[in-house]
Amino acid sequence: MIRIPCPFCGTRDHSEFAYGGDGSITYPSLDAPMQDWHDAVFQRENICGVQVETWQHVNGCRMWILVERDTMTHEIHSVRPAHAGMAKALGAAS
Amino acid sequence: MSASRLINGGRIDRSCRLRFTWDGRSFEGFAGDTLASALMASGETVLGRSFKYHRPRGIMSAGVEESGAIVTLGAGERAEPNTKATMVELYDGLTACGQNAWPNVRSDVGAALGLFGRFFSAGFYYKTFMGLPPFEWGRGTGIWMQYEKLIRKAAGMGEASRIADPDAYDHVHAFCDLLVVGSGPAGLNAALTAAQQGKDVILVEQDFELGGDLLNQADPVVEAQRRDLVAGLEAANVRIMTRTTAFGLYDYGTAGLLERVTDHLAVKPAHAPRQRFWTVRAAATVLATGALERTVAFTNNDRPGVMTVAAARAYLNRFGVLPGQNIVLSTNNDSAYVTAAELAKAGANMTLVDLRDRVSEAHIVAMKAAGVEVKTGLAPLKAHGGKAVTGVALARPEGKGWAAAETLACDLLLVSGGWSPVVNLVSHRGAKPVWDKDLACFLPAPCGDNVVMAGSAAGHWNAGDCSASGIAAAKTAMGEPAEAPALGGAETPIKPLYEVRLPGKKTKSFVDSQHDVTAADVRLAHQEGFVSVEHLKRYTTLGMATDQGKMGNVIGLALMAEALGKEIPSVGTTRFRPPYTPVAIGALAGRNTGSHFKILRRTPLHDWNLRHGATMTDAGLWHRPWFFARKGETITEAYIREAATVRDTLGICDVSSLGKIAVQGPDASEFLNRIYSNAFAKLAVGKARYGIMLRDDGMVMDDGTTWQLSENNFLLTTTTTNAGKVMVWLEELLQLRWPDLKVHVTSVSDQWAGVSVAGPKARGGIMACLQDPAAVSADNLPFMGVIETRLKGGIKCLIARISFSGELAYEVYVPSDYGEAMMDLLWEAAEPMGGCLYGLEALGTLRIEKGHVTGAELDGRVTIDDAGLGRMASARKPFVGSALRQRPELMRADRPQLVGIFPKDRNQTFNGGALLCKPDEISGFGEGWVTAVTHSPALGHWIGLGYISGGHTAWQGKAATATDPVRQGDIAVEIVSPHMFDPEGGRMHG
Repeated sequence: MIRIPCPFCGTRDHSEFAYGGDGSITYPSLDAPMQDWHDAVFQRENICGVQVETWQHVNGCRMWILVERDTMTHEIHSVRPAHAGMAKALGAAS
Repeated sequence: MSASRLINGGRIDRSCRLRFTWDGRSFEGFAGDTLASALMASGETVLGRSFKYHRPRGIMSAGVEESGAIVTLGAGERAEPNTKATMVELYDGLTACGQNAWPNVRSDVGAALGLFGRFFSAGFYYKTFMGLPPFEWGRGTGIWMQYEKLIRKAAGMGEASRIADPDAYDHVHAFCDLLVVGSGPAGLNAALTAAQQGKDVILVEQDFELGGDLLNQADPVVEAQRRDLVAGLEAANVRIMTRTTAFGLYDYGTAGLLERVTDHLAVKPAHAPRQRFWTVRAAATVLATGALERTVAFTNNDRPGVMTVAAARAYLNRFGVLPGQNIVLSTNNDSAYVTAAELAKAGANMTLVDLRDRVSEAHIVAMKAAGVEVKTGLAPLKAHGGKAVTGVALARPEGKGWAAAETLACDLLLVSGGWSPVVNLVSHRGAKPVWDKDLACFLPAPCGDNVVMAGSAAGHWNAGDCSASGIAAAKTAMGEPAEAPALGGAETPIKPLYEVRLPGKKTKSFVDSQHDVTAADVRLAHQEGFVSVEHLKRYTTLGMATDQGKMGNVIGLALMAEALGKEIPSVGTTRFRPPYTPVAIGALAGRNTGSHFKILRRTPLHDWNLRHGATMTDAGLWHRPWFFARKGETITEAYIREAATVRDTLGICDVSSLGKIAVQGPDASEFLNRIYSNAFAKLAVGKARYGIMLRDDGMVMDDGTTWQLSENNFLLTTTTTNAGKVMVWLEELLQLRWPDLKVHVTSVSDQWAGVSVAGPKARGGIMACLQDPAAVSADNLPFMGVIETRLKGGIKCLIARISFSGELAYEVYVPSDYGEAMMDLLWEAAEPMGGCLYGLEALGTLRIEKGHVTGAELDGRVTIDDAGLGRMASARKPFVGSALRQRPELMRADRPQLVGIFPKDRNQTFNGGALLCKPDEISGFGEGWVTAVTHSPALGHWIGLGYISGGHTAWQGKAATATDPVRQGDIAVEIVSPHMFDPEGGRMHG
């Protein structure tokens, strides 16, 4: 059971969260060429070690967060809100 | 074995007699007994039959590692097979019986199998029956499949009940500063140390008494210390959980516990669950899980009357049973000496055989004083006797092997092959145990997550060291400096011993007695080329029984290492997996059974629908009306009537389960324009638009209508199935991708009750319910218009003129609490007009006739073009998925596309899920597939939707076949346009 420190709610079981995907991807603009979209959607590193992931506290505050997690040990190195503006407005830990 | 209950001594309460039934016969024991100790005291020796060879088995241990006394507890729906009699707390009225035997464990016909034992070596059935020559030479497994059934019947464990479990189980969650597993000297001291510093401590003990090995000692001083420690824990408010097993350790200090609440009670309280499944999140964990005494592989080491030394001590000192009269004790380490003296003192005739040539002087003196005869340089070679041990042949080391020595008569043979720390829980965390050559055991490796080992589980052999290590472990767990005592603690080092055998002799010496794996099996596996310990395990099934090889794994590894000519650490070890001891499926399920298995979602109109004759069906988590049968109607008759009524007059259908999302904010229009493939920027207030949203990869995600209620306020609807998914997706886009957009999304699915009112008379039906009937006139509410108005009685409502059925149709939404009031009004108006209520089945018919897609068609593999909706993909704006939908492979003209399907013979039908093929090429994946089939009252025959390569234009005038080899044969079909009814849409716009 991974425990994730949600910046809005505090530490919770991972069963309250839903995994999103690779948090290191910057998605291209909607009118970007097909090749850019191809790379963003399909090209993924299979990292053994620390990677940035998106998670949503789907059974909690519904906020999306960026989680640095070690894929080998499940150790979580950092968690921050995905949306800086909402985090500021809600006074979340960042 | 001629065991007898002592007149006094032990922790049992001789004033409290408990009656129980074993194999249909009545017995008596005392409070404080286990089933095993009570049976031993009653002189029962054969309590089980082995897995493969049906060999008689007796009590081998006094704990979780038991591999002999494996029994079935209870009967009927409460029968629980494969229970260790050594772990069952006796209660009045307990019933148990032997298993894997006929007629009973004492005289089992299946024992004849043992005579053919040499045919049943590791992997025998694969070799013997698979592709059985000459019948199946090189052909496979036909005969094997038949033999397998017989083999499975002959070999096996107990039988599970086939009746549903009648008991209740609870799930409980807990948090603590420190979780201590095990209540021996290490665990008690660890818990006390932390609790006295104000920490919130949970102490878990699988036994029904606290004390671990302290319970097995005769010394009253030790008992006084134990009582003091327990009193200290209670005073310090430690949460003490006995009869609770920590069965698994997981990430972040999360532990799984199983608490047996009522298993030990003669009268089970009706309100209490049978067991509780705990999830504990501990900031720190001390594992004081103890060590298990190993046996040694020698011929017939599984005979009733062969057991571990520690077990004999437990039966003697805890349960007041002298397990034998004439006892031979074989050891290779110091731990057995104290037991030998205690057994002699209790009246047994004791001989101690030590493999080591020299032991400490103190031990020699103690043995002499106790009257124990000591023989050194010897080990057991073979146990004599069948259903009970009658003697033991000894051997002495000679060169690299063994030479036969004297034979001793005995009725009990105790064996100590050394100790294996219980490293299972840290192994669950992936920490590979490390072999310690000096201590001849695997020691736990550090596992992180603030988990600290203590006591004999860490490799401390003396009670004093265990106590000190418990204190040190608690301090370490709390982040304080602490030093644990040195490991080990024996005066004379252990001399490793795993197997005793004479060269060239093939005998039955068991490594894993629960799975009948012998030393010869391990060597056979090596001979056949299995070098990895993981392969060894799977080929021989060593360590794969319910005990996970608690006693046998180390011996198996040692034998494999010997065969490979390697050291034990280089052979490696397998990883223990949860659970440490078996966990009932019922405990995992908890209360999530029956109607609580999954969430049930009811629409606000649920009760109203039921009162008006709805038969419900599952739609995801929802219950939705399936059809409204009149008296005597079948489902087919009902839905055909309902669909025909909608086309003829009007029908009312509950659509409240559709996903509804409020999209609000100054950028809402821009947001919708990005997520939908069609233009949304110019939607106007009071208008609705049908939209399709794609995924990033260009495939269709969902469809639905969006209503503009005011400049910055939209109501977006989704399909029932995708409501949750779309909400998550919109939140992801707004928070991660487009944080600059000022838009807020809120799920309002539960806030609205919604109905579709469809049919040529729909307008009249709705008008009759409105305060201002003119609000829905053709001029005021044209096709795709939205208004906010009031029903009679002032109920605020939203009405959108949209159509899924292809008829003149409206969706009417009111706040959920007014759902029933709305239905009463609508039905009062519609019924006299000849209208009907219709369910999902008729809804399906109407949309199939129109070629409207739903979940069956939008299955995540289709593009917007495949679904025939390519005209809805704007070329004038980018949108989510617009780049990747244009991948060449997705633009191929021969991709399967949405089509309508008619049976060639209009009297026939065909199946949803059938493959569409060319008539002369019925093979493989075919050319397409059928997604939906219904009887169309409008067309008067069966119709369907599906996908086929190239779409209907490519199949004009060509024959096709719907093939369904599993259910029915081939049906000739025609491929037509998916718009099978009213293709111009005149009815809908009318």
